[in-house]
Amino acid sequence: MLDFVQQLVSGVALGCVYGLIALGFVLVYKATEVVNFAQGDLMMLGGFFAFTFIGMMGLNYWIGFAGAVAAMALFGMLAERIVVRPILGYPQFSIIMATIGLGYFLRSVAGMIWGTDDFKIETPFSQGVLRIGSLVLAHDKLSVIAATVILCALLWLFFNKTTLGTAMRASSENMLAAYYMGIPVKRVVSIVWAISAAVATCAGVLLAPITFIHSNVGLVLGLKAFPAAVLGGFGSIPGAVVGGVLIGVIESMAGFYLAEGWKDVAPYIVLLAVLLLKPEGLFGLHARKKV
Amino acid sequence: MRFLFKTDYEDDIKLFPHSGHVVSYGLLLAVLLIAPYVLSSYLMSQLVFVCIYATVGVALMILTGFTGQASLGHAAFLAIGAYTAAYLQKYNVPFPVYFLAAGVLTGCIGALVGFPALRLQGIYLVIATIAFAFIVEEILARWESVTNGNEGLRVKALSLLGVTVSRDSPTFYFLCLAVLVLTIVGTLNLLRSPTGRAFVAIRDSETAARSMGVNVALYKVKSFAISAAITGFAGVLFAHKLSFISPEMFTLQLSIEFIIVILIGGTFSLHGAVLGAIFIVMIDPFLTYLKDDMPGIIAGIAATFGAGTATAANIQSKVAAFASLNGLKGAIYGIIIMLFVLFEPRGIYGRWLKIKLFFQLFPLYKRATFKRQKIYVKSERNR
Repeated sequence: MLDFVQQLVSGVALGCVYGLIALGFVLVYKATEVVNFAQGDLMMLGGFFAFTFIGMMGLNYWIGFAGAVAAMALFGMLAERIVVRPILGYPQFSIIMATIGLGYFLRSVAGMIWGTDDFKIETPFSQGVLRIGSLVLAHDKLSVIAATVILCALLWLFFNKTTLGTAMRASSENMLAAYYMGIPVKRVVSIVWAISAAVATCAGVLLAPITFIHSNVGLVLGLKAFPAAVLGGFGSIPGAVVGGVLIGVIESMAGFYLAEGWKDVAPYIVLLAVLLLKPEGLFGLHARKKV
Repeated sequence: MRFLFKTDYEDDIKLFPHSGHVVSYGLLLAVLLIAPYVLSSYLMSQLVFVCIYATVGVALMILTGFTGQASLGHAAFLAIGAYTAAYLQKYNVPFPVYFLAAGVLTGCIGALVGFPALRLQGIYLVIATIAFAFIVEEILARWESVTNGNEGLRVKALSLLGVTVSRDSPTFYFLCLAVLVLTIVGTLNLLRSPTGRAFVAIRDSETAARSMGVNVALYKVKSFAISAAITGFAGVLFAHKLSFISPEMFTLQLSIEFIIVILIGGTFSLHGAVLGAIFIVMIDPFLTYLKDDMPGIIAGIAATFGAGTATAANIQSKVAAFASLNGLKGAIYGIIIMLFVLFEPRGIYGRWLKIKLFFQLFPLYKRATFKRQKIYVKSERNR
């Protein structure tokens, strides 16, 4: 029982990171119908920015965190402007390839700049543990869960209580109609990319104490975020987080209770099962195309 | 220039639209046949890889280019072909038998993947094929009694009709070339048959194809099976060429390379598959060239433009340092993919067509001839 709870907590913590990456996918997908295969690499880059600010320049953890988020938000806008906007409206395949190319580029350039070693960020939560009876919970895992909850609450408030958030929801429902209503759709899309990159950065920084940051981490985790996004329903924001948590827990449990090797495949088996049985995901809209 | 007047359906589906094609492809084939006696062994080796990659490229072209079903899982099919060959070879099964067996097995697995893929579209299909590839990769690493796990399997030189064919010999190259040529001719014939027409109809509009009486499900599964089977054949040759296979050779990276082959070569054309294969195989020699010769050349150019010896040496060392950065290959891949998607979506073959058309229509060429049309789908979520 104790083992189970322990595994559950680390699964949820890992799942929150998947969920945050998946959240980035979903935000961009909802707004522009673009699937960003470079989302994991944005996370990796964010982690490296934070490492540069905190580990190399010796800034305070929180200032470094904020700096990395701001820098990555700008970078997200830049990436959208250069790579995605010219090909909006062309077949999905082109856009998938363009973002795969972007991911390749970011991975290699990060490897060139920061090297291929593993990096670690010292956080205020690195050391402590929380003991409840004989249950030992590391602070860094709890911090990931707490941060995910806070971030989700902030995003919820942003989308539902601010004008900009409403504009975003409007343009994701129907871009053309939103444009006719006077919403600057292009700028909105830019901001969506900025938010998505910022969320990815949060994931990267939170992840740093659990898994180390290295140039390929984005690929590995980005590919785990797909099952999360599909499980939750590709266009659903709460779905992304719930899907992420589920995938994290499944992975953690499979690693503990099943034979070696199941840990890495379990998320994909679940993914295939979901795609076969309920392709619209847990929270996805089920709308039929009328011909 | 030559005008082709197509007056009936037979004219439209001719294998060689005019005699010029027979001559030019005949010459190309002749050049390829004497190549092993002229080129260095290194270049021959690269040429064999071009043949194998082009075969996979054609296979993927059938699925992605002509049927419109994107797949990021073709490395898995290649792996299944390669492992089938390596496993059967241990029991002294003759080459033709395991060659066919690999194709048939991979084709069957391809059909099995095709069935679930019927319900999926666009991005969901891509993700499903990625998941399939991961599962295959993991099975290869874990099913140790058959695949020898992560330690990998040795593949003996193949023996054809009692003669041992080493992987560097011209005979092996001819074998690969024969497989490629047969695949291309077979695909051309497939494309002018009702099946191929159905594939293209499905790509262009599934709804329209269905209303024309095309059994969409059947043809999608067929397309998957054919594509997988050809990839399986290529897998056998790949295993023999490498002479050693292990699961980490068949990763997502390889699947992406195959997609790059058809993307950069030019989707929707078989020429594209071959050109893309040449491109992807030649990146490695190009990088070596960049590392070894480029710094000297640049320093030489700098020196002729009046830079001093010290400056030239400085430039040389800087360029050398840049060229030997690790990860340069990935960055080049990334930039090339993005540039092609943004500026040349029809790939190398599309560029060739444009140049050809420019000279054919010389004063009358319109840039808008090849303009892409934007389609604003309302939402894929509501499909």
